[in-house]
Amino acid sequence: MTTKLMGQRVQRVEDQRFLRGQGRYVDDVAVGPDTLHAAVLRSPHAHARIVDIDVSAVLDVEGVHAVWTYDDLADLSPPMAEPLPLLIPHPALTHGRTQFALAKDEVNYMGEAIAFVVAEDRYVAEDALARIRVDYELLPPVVGIPAARAAAHLVHEDVPGNVGARLEQEVGDARAAIATAPHRLELDLTVERSSCQPMEGRGVVARWDPDVNRLTAWSSTQTSTGVRAAVAVKLGLDLGQVDVITPDVGGGFGVKINHPWPEELLVPLAARALGRTVKFTEDRREHFISTAHERGQEQHIEVGFDDDGRLLGLSVEFWHDHGAYTPYGLIVPIITSTQLLGPYKPQSYRVVFESIYTNTVMVTPYRGAGRPQACFAMERTMDAIAQYLGKDRTEVRAVNFIQPDEFPYDHGLVFQDGRELEYDSGDYPAMLEKIRALVNWDEFPAYQAEMAAQGRRVGIGLACYVEGTGVGPYEGAHVHVETSGKVKVATGLTTQGQGHATVFAQLVADELGVRLEDVEVVTGDTRRMPYAVGTFASRAAVMSGSAIHLAAKRTKEKALRIAAEALEVDEKDLQIVDGVVSVIGLPEAAIDLGTISVLSNPLRYAFDEASKAATQFSVGDPGKPPVAEDDEPGLEGKDFYSPERATFASGMHAVIVETDPETAEISILKYAVVHDCGNLINPMIVEGQIHGGVAQGIGGALYERMAYDESGQLLNASFMDFLIPYVTEIPDRIEIDHLETPSPLNPLGIKGAGEAGVIPSAAVFAAAIEDAERTALPGFGITAMPISPSELFALRHHQEPS
Amino acid sequence: MTEELLDVRLSVNGTPRPLRVPARRLLSDALRHDLGLTGTHVGCEHGVCGACTVLLDGRPVRSCLVLAVSVDGQEVTTVEGLAEPDGSLGPVQQAFAECHGLQCGFCTPGFLTTITAGLRDNPSPTHEEAREMVAGNLCRCTGYQNIVKAVERAAEIGAEGPS
Repeated sequence: MTTKLMGQRVQRVEDQRFLRGQGRYVDDVAVGPDTLHAAVLRSPHAHARIVDIDVSAVLDVEGVHAVWTYDDLADLSPPMAEPLPLLIPHPALTHGRTQFALAKDEVNYMGEAIAFVVAEDRYVAEDALARIRVDYELLPPVVGIPAARAAAHLVHEDVPGNVGARLEQEVGDARAAIATAPHRLELDLTVERSSCQPMEGRGVVARWDPDVNRLTAWSSTQTSTGVRAAVAVKLGLDLGQVDVITPDVGGGFGVKINHPWPEELLVPLAARALGRTVKFTEDRREHFISTAHERGQEQHIEVGFDDDGRLLGLSVEFWHDHGAYTPYGLIVPIITSTQLLGPYKPQSYRVVFESIYTNTVMVTPYRGAGRPQACFAMERTMDAIAQYLGKDRTEVRAVNFIQPDEFPYDHGLVFQDGRELEYDSGDYPAMLEKIRALVNWDEFPAYQAEMAAQGRRVGIGLACYVEGTGVGPYEGAHVHVETSGKVKVATGLTTQGQGHATVFAQLVADELGVRLEDVEVVTGDTRRMPYAVGTFASRAAVMSGSAIHLAAKRTKEKALRIAAEALEVDEKDLQIVDGVVSVIGLPEAAIDLGTISVLSNPLRYAFDEASKAATQFSVGDPGKPPVAEDDEPGLEGKDFYSPERATFASGMHAVIVETDPETAEISILKYAVVHDCGNLINPMIVEGQIHGGVAQGIGGALYERMAYDESGQLLNASFMDFLIPYVTEIPDRIEIDHLETPSPLNPLGIKGAGEAGVIPSAAVFAAAIEDAERTALPGFGITAMPISPSELFALRHHQEPS
Repeated sequence: MTEELLDVRLSVNGTPRPLRVPARRLLSDALRHDLGLTGTHVGCEHGVCGACTVLLDGRPVRSCLVLAVSVDGQEVTTVEGLAEPDGSLGPVQQAFAECHGLQCGFCTPGFLTTITAGLRDNPSPTHEEAREMVAGNLCRCTGYQNIVKAVERAAEIGAEGPS
């Protein structure tokens, strides 16, 4: 038998084209002079009424093909004049609002789309934008959570108090438990905004083919099927008239799951109206001011606990800044409110949040999707309890862990998918032991004291999390063995760097018994797999991986059935190795999958040597239909995977930092990760995801923030001012250890891994920096993240005893 | 208002590629949209991310900060020009594949060109020098550990065989 590829560090097959400059990203599609280019006029104000838009000066710009404002949309396609979809409605979202593709009467954030120009090239399109005159009547901007809560001004006139939603969940009577608990603490915490910032921004290309009445659109999205459905509805087309292809995507990290962006509709609309291929490629500034952000929350926590630190009651209130609109519903704050519990089991828990409007860019999921804030709340609480009781921070965590024999563990809450928050598997005590060993937790106090004696401040932090991955509703897969023996696999969700072409091929190679190099995987192409959901919530491996495994299994069953008939043996005696079906122990009795594919499809016409074998005078029992009643032609397998609920991955991070007593510079001395995503398909790729997540988390904890001023101007909308880490900011080495507790919910026992690396960052750095500072300033505390050296410097002086 | 077009005698990856472009055309746009060499990627258009890095007469430049008309008569090397003459991957490309030095691949061409020039100047960098070599390029996916490994591996491959 060939070696199983599941669990192997298989090199990525997609790298060949990326390394040669032959990747095909959306801006690489339809290159050439025949393609028209779009540009968007965006609001320079955070909050204003549009009094008048004058586009007359644009019409005589040579090379301009169209200029549209809101008033043009209804004539082009009536549904375009309606607000963009609210993708995930929720009963608690009583005041959900979405923007128009082009602003109608009012703009609610700096960057909101107002006018759309199509021209010969992007340069000319931008020339045209500069000639559009808009008269605004400025309205008072609402910026930041305190201003939104104070509600002296409203973002939307018809949303009282700027509150879009209020949602409460409670298990037990948390407030009563806190009131009677031996010990009580309160914490007020803040997490600021950041954003995904994939290296490739958004982009869309569309082509209308009048000969077949069909639209083809390419989008840099995390959901081809979602974009397809939205385009069809908004352009008044049948779903069958729209194909959406997601080509190579230069990173997503969540932001490309929101859809349709205005340009994803306007570009197809322009392609149809103008009869030309039209392209929009977002530039970096546009990505900052018009594509979603995340993370901003303020939290108030009350906790009651016993002498061991056991959580008797936990009550959390938080305010989630969702920006100007709510296209993605309440997913982010719901995740915060439920995933806050991490690996712990408080005896009672109450959480209530308000999701509130501000005149800033909308908030939709960014890698981690509400979990980094949740982890910050819970882990800061754990640290505070340990400090209060004078106990080791690991001890306080350990007494609160869900134990390995308590799975499945039902928290009694409703998760982001509308289903129970029930953990399927895990082993948190074992994980804690691993992270303690990996970071030398027990030896650290001696080291810290030694450093302190030299005037150096070093500190250690620990943070634990649980992540619901692989949420439904479903994904599907289609596996097709060609007559050449090559295997073509399609799944509908999209790929933005996770190595799906490799890991999915590994699964097919294992199940079907073919060589990896004979498997080709296509993702995100609605022509190949029209039923799909998308790539988010660390779900691709779990959902499509499982579906592909099942589809390959069906294909294998069919291959064995046909081979058994051809070889006149029992199916049980057959094996498939390297694409050849043979009788076990009798290798000369063999038939390759290509030949089985020929036999699977009874033909009338021969077109090559191979197909001759399947024509009507060569094969088949004349007494039976050529295709049996319950069968289909072709060596194919199709299946869907739809789990009852999410599977819960988990992890613990620890970091050792040093803070400079003079400059407050923060250096990372050691970073350690223990991670449990069930069975690993490709450890190299999982570790790559962890590396990347940790780097993004370091950015979020120490450098990145959205600097809005009080008028709603985003002051740092470029890579010069929004500080994404270079290699110089990232530790040379991340210590990684894996724990593998398989998920019982899917056939491969896997859990998602994509987001994990970023979840505990704010929590773990706050803990470590605080620990380092306390060697010199015993009462020092961190309640807000991110923290820059200058903020640490200021915080020291603020907290120093006078 | 017709834009004046200017002739640019450009050589890209060893092949003459004459261009006729407006003065304001960025080299990155000229390579991508006029010559169809889409391997060079544009990540920020303000010279910070390094994704668009190409070699101009062998030296790395941010092609988003260069006007195409300003490189008249010069030789440009893009990612498409980094493979060996026989079509196999060049040492830096090979090292990236071996070390899992890329995920989405969007920043990769800029790293490959930068490292190619870097290793030409310093064929056997220390670990610190390997980090320094890529310290001007942004990657949002990998966390850089494997990119630094790839620099070191590329140096090894370069030392093993003919370059």
